[in-house]
This record gives sequence, C-alpha cells and structure tokens, in this order.
Amino acid sequence: MRSEPARILMGNQACAEGALAAGCSFYAGYPITPSSEIMETLADRLPREGKVFVQMEDEIGSICAVIGASWAGAKAMTATAGPGLSLMMEGLGYAAFTETPCVIVDVQRAGPATGQATRVGSGDILQVRFGMHGDVCPIALSPGSVQEMYDLTIRAFNLAERYRVPVFLMADEGIGHLRESVFLHKDFTIENRVRDASRPPFGTPEPDGVPPMPVFGDGAELMITGSTHDEKGFRKVDDPEPHRRLVERINRKILDHEADIVEVEERFLDDATVAVVAYGFTGRSALAAVKALRRDGVRAGLVRLKTLWPFPRAALARLDQRVQRVVVPEMNRGQVAMLVRAEMNAEVVSLCQTDGEVIEPEAIAARVREVLP
Amino acid sequence: MTRALEHWLRVKSSTFCPGCGHGILLGAVVRALDELGVDRKNLLFVSGIGCAAWIPSPHIKADTLHTLHGRAVAYATGAKLFNPKLTTLVVSGDGDLTSIGGNHLIHAARRNLGLTVICANNQIYGMTGGQTASTTPVGALTATAPSGNAWRPFDLVKLVLGAGGRFVARWPVSRPRPLIASIKKGIQSGQFAFIEAISPCPTQFGRRNRVDEVTELYRRMDADCVEAAEADKLSPEERAGKIVIGEFGDV
Repeated sequence: MRSEPARILMGNQACAEGALAAGCSFYAGYPITPSSEIMETLADRLPREGKVFVQMEDEIGSICAVIGASWAGAKAMTATAGPGLSLMMEGLGYAAFTETPCVIVDVQRAGPATGQATRVGSGDILQVRFGMHGDVCPIALSPGSVQEMYDLTIRAFNLAERYRVPVFLMADEGIGHLRESVFLHKDFTIENRVRDASRPPFGTPEPDGVPPMPVFGDGAELMITGSTHDEKGFRKVDDPEPHRRLVERINRKILDHEADIVEVEERFLDDATVAVVAYGFTGRSALAAVKALRRDGVRAGLVRLKTLWPFPRAALARLDQRVQRVVVPEMNRGQVAMLVRAEMNAEVVSLCQTDGEVIEPEAIAARVREVLP
Repeated sequence: MTRALEHWLRVKSSTFCPGCGHGILLGAVVRALDELGVDRKNLLFVSGIGCAAWIPSPHIKADTLHTLHGRAVAYATGAKLFNPKLTTLVVSGDGDLTSIGGNHLIHAARRNLGLTVICANNQIYGMTGGQTASTTPVGALTATAPSGNAWRPFDLVKLVLGAGGRFVARWPVSRPRPLIASIKKGIQSGQFAFIEAISPCPTQFGRRNRVDEVTELYRRMDADCVEAAEADKLSPEERAGKIVIGEFGDV
C-alpha cells in the first residue's frame, strides 16, 4: 500500500513533478504545443526552490543553455515537440559527443512540419536515433501513463547522470494531456555524476566506459569541445585513432548496458500465439485490445516498450520463441514496425494511423483477427 | 608574451597564421585577467566555431567550453545562470557571434546577464576559407563575393546597444592598452559587456583584397579608426569609411 494519496494530474504536470523529484535544478525552453505545461509548471516551481528557469529565444538556444548549465553542475532539462526537436538536433549531437547529462522531453504531435500542433502522433522515434549527424545511439524512454510520466522522468535523469548522456522522454500528446491518478512517491534512488577531477573527463579505459565528470569551478581546468578530442579534451581533428576510439566508446557505453537500461512490460504471453508490440499512448489501446481478444478466445499477448533506444532486442528475441505473428500499431508510417521486423523471424504486420487521433482498441483487435494463423 | 604571463597558457604554441591579430587579442585578454587578479578556479571561457574560438581553447589555462557554430552565448547563458559566481567570458568571431549567432547575442544583451562577450572581428570567415561575413565591408573581395560584397555590414556597436547592451566598446588590436582597459571594465561591470576587437586576417582578407604586406594591412586598419570624440567633429564625407572606436553605453 502506498502511503501518499493519489492525485489527479495531467501527464505534462506529472513530468514536471518527476523532474523536481529527481533533483532537476535547471530548465531552459521555448514554448511549443503540446508540451508547454511542463515549462509552465517548472517556471513556477523551480525558482521557488532556489533553482533556475529561463525562457530562451528559441529551441537551439534552449538545448545549448541546458548543456552549459549541465557542465556548471546542474541537472538540466528541456521539453519540446517535433519542430523544436528538429531545431535542437545539432546541440543534441554535441551533448552526446561531449557526454553531457541532460533530459529532453518530446511531447510528440502530428507532423511533419507544423502539422497539427494540438493533435497526437509518434513520428519522432527514428529522428532521435538518426536525426543527429554522425552516429550515436541515444537513450529514449516511452511513457504509457501519467504515472510513467512521473516515474520515467525520474528514470531519465538517473540514466543521464549514470551514463553521461542526453536522455529522451518520448511522450506524445495523448499522454501529455491525459488526466488520471498518479502517486508522486519517493520510492526511488537518485543517481549523481562522479565529480572526480583527478581522472581525465573524456574516456580513460573505465570498466563501464563512463568517465568521471568534474564541472566548472571544480578546478579541473576543463577543455570541452564538440570536435574529436582525446581523454583530456585536446582537439584531435586529423588522427583516425582518437576518432574511432571516441565514437566507439560513446556507443558501447550504452549498448553494453542494454540489460540495465531497457525496460518492457510483457502481458499474457505464456500461451500467446499472436502478440501486439506497442509503445506510448498506443500501448494502452493495445492492452485493451488484447484483453478483448482474450475474452473472445484469441490467445493474444502484449509487449509494451518502455524503452525505445537502445532498441529492446532481447525482449523481441524472447517473443520470437513464442509467437508466429506480431502486430505493431503506431501513430506514424511504421517506424518501430521496421525495427521489430529486423529483429524477428515471426511475421510482423504494421498498423499505421496518421490522422492525428489515437488508435482505438477496436482497430488493433481487428488487425490482430485479420492476421490470425 | 612575457614569461610572467605564461601561467595563463595551457599550450606554448599557436595555430594562428603569421600576422593574425588574434594572438594580440589573446595577449590582451590574459593581461586584463592578470591585472584584475581574476580567480581562475571560477573563470569560464566559452567560444563557438572559427579561428577566434581557438583564442581561449586550448590556449587559456582555465575552464573552457568550445561549442557549436554560433551558439557560444547560449551555452554561456546556461552556465552563468546556474552558477553566477563564474566569471564568464565569451570569445569568438564576427561570423560566429553576429551571423549564425546573432539571435543569441541580441537576446543576451536584452537580458543583461553578466557576460563579457569579446568579438574578434576580422570582417571575413577565416577558418572556412575567406567567405563573406555579416561584417564584410561593401565592395570587399571574398571567396563567395568574387566581384565584391554587395551587402552592407552590421555596425556591431549599434547592434548591441540597440538590443540593450549596457557596456559596449570597440578597439583595433593595434591599440592594446585601451582594449585591455575595456575588457577589464566589461568584466568588472557585472553586466552584459560587448567588446569588438578589430583583428586583421592577412591570410584571407588581406590576400584576397591585394594587401600583401601584413604591416600595410595593420597600418590601413589603424588609419581607418577614429575615436568617437574626433568622429563627431568630422563631416559626413570625412567620416565615410571610418571605424568609430571607443567606449559606448551607459556603464
């Protein structure tokens, strides 16, 4: 039994509460629908706690201010939606390459371009993996409830500190604006970066690939650069070896820890012959669809992806041992279905809906019936 | 640089071209810090991309943040807001701070956060090979204006004052004493300070515009400069093409 009472909150408000609970001490952002409630909540709350809020001139300035604050010692975040995420891409690559902990919330809306700003979509899943130039695997989480807007925001801050990376919370308008009960509990631990100025900050062979991170004012005389650099931070813009070593390490430190990072929810899989793989708001509809199918005697199961990057390969390999067919409903043109198909021998069927509406359980159940063996 | 100032340097060599003004500016910045006795532990340099961004990084022995093209002021805003104890200097070029980064510059001036922004203005893109900047004079030859630049340059002093900058100064690197004094005054003001340092680029600007001798490039630059009090006495014809130098603003 939880000791604290449940509250009814909007998803975006729960995200802001999660940030405060995790120790967020700096927010920089630019208003954009449907994420602005996160910014508005923190504009009120952070200064009251003696922490820093700033509205920047655009999303480019926002992510850059977040990175600057993180190196000054802040647990820093921003929140945005598709158009803002596109503007942030260069800064996000800088954050990954300089190993800067920060949290980016993307409350996805119906794109491309301005699209339908107040309507739902999930078209940014591949953008956070492949939108930055160069090649680096990020961490991206996918909340499926208001409770998870709270819980996974806390987790995003912890993963950012643990692995010195930008972490994305890939929410969507459906979850961001959903109101339901949430426990603002304290059942979690807080991760903090290791502020050790005695070791190089950019990659001596630490066992887990994550170097310590002293901050400005610690006396480390830091050299931080978005150019390829050696372990101390000196630019190495011509040598092949430092570039190979750095790009490999910043990817490996994520991929070597998939088991620690990746979370999925597996339901009704014991006797399943068909499964739905879903994430975000669609995961709710998928659960309702699976329950309805079971009432009709269809042995359907569900894998709900709470982590999107690194991609949950192990969970899909497990699923491949059980089912012959998989349905992937999503509010884009089949981004995650493409990834699932690459990981499974089972037949993978896409259910794409890009009309700015959430996918109803009936649509998912109907698609599952169509593909039953 | 004199031996007494070497403790400010992380490296003992420089990648600047022969005749580049940025080495003089590096010396001016270090002298200003030394004369002020700035606490190095809480000193932060932020720079963008380009030759001038290399003035602090890696040369200066302090915390240095070498950022994205145009974004140095935004990074500095985040760091300074979170830790106001940091003496925060942005050192970058004219293209970086005023072309691609112009939006961040004017908003930082508007906020009047205590940043000292030093703009090394060489009137051209040096590192990328001599292309037109937002500060290139009309008629000047560049890699992207082979028939002469058609567009008017920014007057950076007026730009920053118009955006709300409280302390603004402009000096050529050929006049280091007032340049050092303005850097010190900017840091001490605790407000948003903008110092434009006119710093010649023999390799790209001089070569393309047929000023082959470095000394001639410096002589022409210095001859074009006129102090604000003197400029007021000149007729519009006499003032055309002159660079008005001095301290401006109300700090």
